[in-house]
Amino acid sequence: MYKIVRKKELNPTVTLMEIEAPLIAKKAEPGQFIIFRAKEDSERVPLTIADFDREKGTVTIIFQIVGGATMELNTLNEGDSLHDFVGPLGQPSETEGLKKVAVVGGGVGCAIAYPIAKKLHHLGCEVHSIVGFRNKDLVILEDEFKAVSSKLCMMTDDGSYGTKGLVTNALEELIKDGNQYDEVIAIGPVIMMKFVAQLTKKYDIKTIVSMNPIMIDGTGMCGGCRLTVGGETKFACVDGPDFDGHLVDFDEAMHRGTMYRDFETHAREASCNLLSQEVK
Amino acid sequence: MAVKRNMDPKKCPMPVQDPEVRRNNFDEVALGYTYEMAVNEAKRCLNCKHKPCRSACPVQIDIPAFIERVANEDIEGAYKIISESSSLPAVCGRVCPQENQCEGKCVRGIKAGCEAVGIGRLERFVADWHREHSTEKPEIPTPNGHKVAIIGAGPSGLTAAGDLAKLGYKVTIYEALHLAGGVLVYGIPEFRLPKIIVQKEIDNLKAIGVDVETNMVIGKVLTIDELFEMGNEAIYIGSGAGLPRFMNIPGESLKGVYSANEYLTRINLMKAYKEGSKTPIKHSKKVAVVGGGNVAMDAARSAKRMGAEEVYIVYRRGMEELPARKEEVEHAEEEGIIFKTLTNPIEVIGNEAGEVSGMKCVEMELGEPDASGRRRPIVKEGSEFVLEVDTMIMSIGTSPNPLIRSTTPGLETNKHGCIVTDGDDGLTTREGVYAGGDAVTGAATVILAMGAGKAAAKAIDKYIKEKNNKE
Ligand SMILES: Cc1cc2nc3c(=O)[nH]c(=O)nc-3n(C[C@H](O)[C@H](O)[C@H](O)COP(=O)(O)OP(=O)(O)OC[C@H]3O[C@@H](n4cnc5c(N)ncnc54)[C@H](O)[C@@H]3O)c2cc1C
Ligand SMILES: Cc1cc2nc3c(=O)[nH]c(=O)nc-3n(C[C@H](O)[C@H](O)[C@H](O)COP(=O)(O)OP(=O)(O)OC[C@H]3O[C@@H](n4cnc5c(N)ncnc54)[C@H](O)[C@@H]3O)c2cc1C
Ligand code: SF4
Ligand code: SF4
Ligand code: FES
Repeated sequence: MYKIVRKKELNPTVTLMEIEAPLIAKKAEPGQFIIFRAKEDSERVPLTIADFDREKGTVTIIFQIVGGATMELNTLNEGDSLHDFVGPLGQPSETEGLKKVAVVGGGVGCAIAYPIAKKLHHLGCEVHSIVGFRNKDLVILEDEFKAVSSKLCMMTDDGSYGTKGLVTNALEELIKDGNQYDEVIAIGPVIMMKFVAQLTKKYDIKTIVSMNPIMIDGTGMCGGCRLTVGGETKFACVDGPDFDGHLVDFDEAMHRGTMYRDFETHAREASCNLLSQEVK
Repeated sequence: MAVKRNMDPKKCPMPVQDPEVRRNNFDEVALGYTYEMAVNEAKRCLNCKHKPCRSACPVQIDIPAFIERVANEDIEGAYKIISESSSLPAVCGRVCPQENQCEGKCVRGIKAGCEAVGIGRLERFVADWHREHSTEKPEIPTPNGHKVAIIGAGPSGLTAAGDLAKLGYKVTIYEALHLAGGVLVYGIPEFRLPKIIVQKEIDNLKAIGVDVETNMVIGKVLTIDELFEMGNEAIYIGSGAGLPRFMNIPGESLKGVYSANEYLTRINLMKAYKEGSKTPIKHSKKVAVVGGGNVAMDAARSAKRMGAEEVYIVYRRGMEELPARKEEVEHAEEEGIIFKTLTNPIEVIGNEAGEVSGMKCVEMELGEPDASGRRRPIVKEGSEFVLEVDTMIMSIGTSPNPLIRSTTPGLETNKHGCIVTDGDDGLTTREGVYAGGDAVTGAATVILAMGAGKAAAKAIDKYIKEKNNKE
């Protein structure tokens, strides 16, 4: 049952796990996600399908350890099993007919952007990837992106690796250099996606963003994941998670994302205490 | 055996937890009859020849017959009679809207000032007694070599699964969530339906060989066509009506606006009511629940139990029109829920942090009856006011989830998204595919969902037998 066959630390806060889930592996497409519960009493938490191997029957997830649930997941090791693992949920990313695309990834959002970049590359699309991290230690998936992109711009906030600056700086330069993109795909913190969408609006380039609101069931039953897109209410788990970046109400999404901040801070501290006790 | 009748005009009252105590806990509110109470109440039944009560029960339980057994203190015998028609008596005895069904037709309740026989309470007693006392192991059916798949582990799917398994079918239930039970586990709260009762029913199904596969979203991980390819000869869709509706008024995306489904799921399925739970939920002070059905009552009473000081039910018609069961409304009132009827929200107001700080409402009055026969609420001019709340729970209805219909070619649905079926046996527009419960009717009741499961199980059995005879 959902056995972890491989676990790898990508950087101090980001972990990769390859998980046995043959039925999901058979159906998964880039852009879709799973919901897991590490243990019986854990929260239900969504993670993007970062990769899949239909033959081996495995699904890869890459997660950032940000709070209680991801910390708990990170305590599991190769050979252990997850209690629940459900998917593939959401709509696959649309890749049809694209000839030249800029894929923009921010932080752990790169894990979500990578499978799309890979699929586009395999479909013969020209991929320019722009990935941004806070600093050198947090860089993930560099080789993977290199392998599927004809151009890779590595950006860090502090300049400790690649070019100093934001992903939007790099994207604007590429556009100004005359690169004509059919589409820009931006995945990362909401604030980053908001600014990418603002930029591309100026140049009138279609932009897809992948939204990650708080979710519970992931099947359209709770409405907790709702967003306003073009003035309409959409459920990210069934209508998305990809949406037209020029239509998403990012400010509202940012507000909603902080709904349980106090609770989460508390839960994180509780988990830390528990874990440090286990270590002792 | 003739028994001495009990001619008390009133039913034996149900022992309940004191409202002051229960509004701080999630333990069951209604405690159930004692043995003596049950036998005594059973003696109120006149054993009417024409059984009006029975015809008002959607699954036609032989009510006078089971009640007579109780009066004669043969509780196991009573259980046998009930189980011929119902597979979830402990659930239905608790949550059926009895006043509109069996008890609504009971002759003991016809005269003014008189009350019907407590049929639901007796049914509950019998089911609870059986669960606690019976040592009988369920009989393992002889396999007949045919496979059937059931989608959704709510009351409808569970019932169809049970009936088919007893006929020897190899039944697999596919459930999207991590736990089987449907609304019985994610919606209806513990204080009204203890989860252990639902779990026991599911364990019984497993004991007779039913496989329950959780974490399986049909339409995503497997399609209906693939279920056929896997050797299932028929499929029953009992996927419910879980898609929440919102009002489409300004401010609905503010922090602190929940659908009842989300609020109740966090509390029930995700156990936010338990001390130390990992599920985040807002600990609200002032809560407005919009709507007047059972779901609204459950949300309001749950909010109270989560520590809210003031909880309002905001409903656009009057007290008379509340669609919730009477008993639930009374329990809510006793627990201090404030009813703001003839009131309708028009906007949610937020503060700078994007949190709910109030709800702008208008007062309503009732006009001419509308298509549903209920008097239509109309807005009173200039009646706007603001109700100060920090949380708003939308409980204005749900519709069937589109996941299955969008991935199943040839499966017709109507404009409300409900699966179209032919006649009473649940046959859809796809051969071998049957459906029932909320997925077909839209949000309804447990007993109707169960009844649909039973009818479909019968039809599926017939279909598979005929098909194999032909071949
Ligand atoms: C469709 C989708 C795909 C995602 N893919 C990935 C991924 O591939 N890798 C990755 O590292 N993260 C991904 N996320 C985000 C991930 O789900 C959250 O980081 C995770 O829920 C945090 O849980 P926690 O208990 O560890 O942290 P918490 O302390 O609970 O929260 C930390 C942060 O995560 C947000 N969050 C909390 N609960 C949820 C929830 N149920 N759903 C969404 N966000 C939540 C909070 O708002 C907060 O900003 C994805 C989210 C969605 C909706
Ligand atoms: C809060 C609340 C209180 C209620 N109170 C009462 C009451 O007092 N009395 C009463 O009679 N009725 C009550 N009802 C209504 C009653 O619960 C429902 O009518 C009944 O549960 C419907 O049963 P069902 O089996 O059709 O669907 P559900 O109980 O909704 O079960 C459907 C199941 O299918 C699963 N599912 C959905 N889609 C898929 C898919 N694609 N793949 C796999 N699985 C899927 C769902 O996760 C769910 O478990 C209440 C409802 C709610 C929400
Ligand atoms: S199942 Fe419901 S309607 Fe039928 S007898 Fe029992 S309580 Fe009454
Ligand atoms: S109608 Fe009432 S009194 Fe008559 S048989 Fe039914 S329960 Fe008994
Ligand atoms: S997560 Fe519940 S509706 Fe999307």
